[in-house]
Amino acid sequence: MHELSVCQGLIRQVQRIAEENEATAVDRILLRVGGLSGVEPPLLMHAFEIARMGTLAENAELEIEEGPVVVKCQECGGSSVVPVNRLLCSYCGEWKVNVTEGEELLLLSLDLQTVAQDSKTDKPKEQ
Amino acid sequence: MCDTCGCNVTKGNAHLVDKKSVEVLQNLLHENDHAAEHNREHFGRHGVLAVNLMSSPGSGKTSLLEATIDALGDELSIAVIEGDLETENDANRIRARGVPAVQITTGQACHLDAHMVHDALHDMELDGIDILSIENVGNLVCPASFDLGHHANVTLLSVTEGDDKPAKYPVMFRAADVVLLSKSDLLDVLDDFDTEKARRHVRELANPAPVMNLSVRRPDSLDQWFSWLRERVAELSAGEAMKPRVQPEGASLHLGS
Repeated sequence: MHELSVCQGLIRQVQRIAEENEATAVDRILLRVGGLSGVEPPLLMHAFEIARMGTLAENAELEIEEGPVVVKCQECGGSSVVPVNRLLCSYCGEWKVNVTEGEELLLLSLDLQTVAQDSKTDKPKEQ
Repeated sequence: MCDTCGCNVTKGNAHLVDKKSVEVLQNLLHENDHAAEHNREHFGRHGVLAVNLMSSPGSGKTSLLEATIDALGDELSIAVIEGDLETENDANRIRARGVPAVQITTGQACHLDAHMVHDALHDMELDGIDILSIENVGNLVCPASFDLGHHANVTLLSVTEGDDKPAKYPVMFRAADVVLLSKSDLLDVLDDFDTEKARRHVRELANPAPVMNLSVRRPDSLDQWFSWLRERVAELSAGEAMKPRVQPEGASLHLGS
């Protein structure tokens, strides 16, 4: 439900990084969204269509990596992949676990278009 | 031709465009988190415990605040920030108890964020305040994702809502530092809410938070909640670094899988 405000924040972050890198456009945005992040990837994709309009990311492709929820047991030390609402160790059934994967909401990387160095001196780049 | 989307790139000038990949590894809620840290520092400087009250609409957040003000008002100084889409009704209820309250009307936003709280703090004097209660928009989905710069998450679940709600809303109940099963006086007439099941569902979210049955109509049942608040105020005074249960830094621990 709040994916649009998350996207608007994402676009601002992307614009800032693009400016720092003197980019003229953004080709691709790679995110990692975990199952416990509170954000739904399909809704994020949808909100992105709106949030990117009129920005450097207008034609950017949004790619979202969705990872599993992984817990590490405080009792037996085992790591297991678990459902998002039942974070019990798969080996011993213990609820005292640490979530080691699944909460992330990360901007991993950007593919940018920048002005070619050679073009700054008005010489065409060697093909 | 436009300079922003690359539509000016043609076969003739494609050689003038370079491609560059930039690794970022930054939390998407970075901006909100930055504002939240600013709020947290502000609270710290004034020695104010800030709690974020969350629940479905109608679970009894405002009533709980009223009861808390009535019982602890002489002992601890309380101020309130109210969050609703529309109306000042809740802030008015709090002010009627003689406590300062600022109302944030979000319009359509379904949750409070750190910027909204920051703006609300401009209208509030924090000197001498012990506890700032931030009553979030009634919503079990979105508020849990937004750090407001507060110290603890208080999540209410009323006994008319279903004891499996923690399993249905894992992000919210995983983030709770304390879960309050409100309107527990109604358990006398309900046969379909099992408080032990609700507690177990919270544990299955790897959350050790205390789960308390309470009712504003049964003042004795509120003592455990008041004790919890007093303990948190003491922790803050003792200089302990306090953050709500689920924090974004957990997200940065496991890259490169």
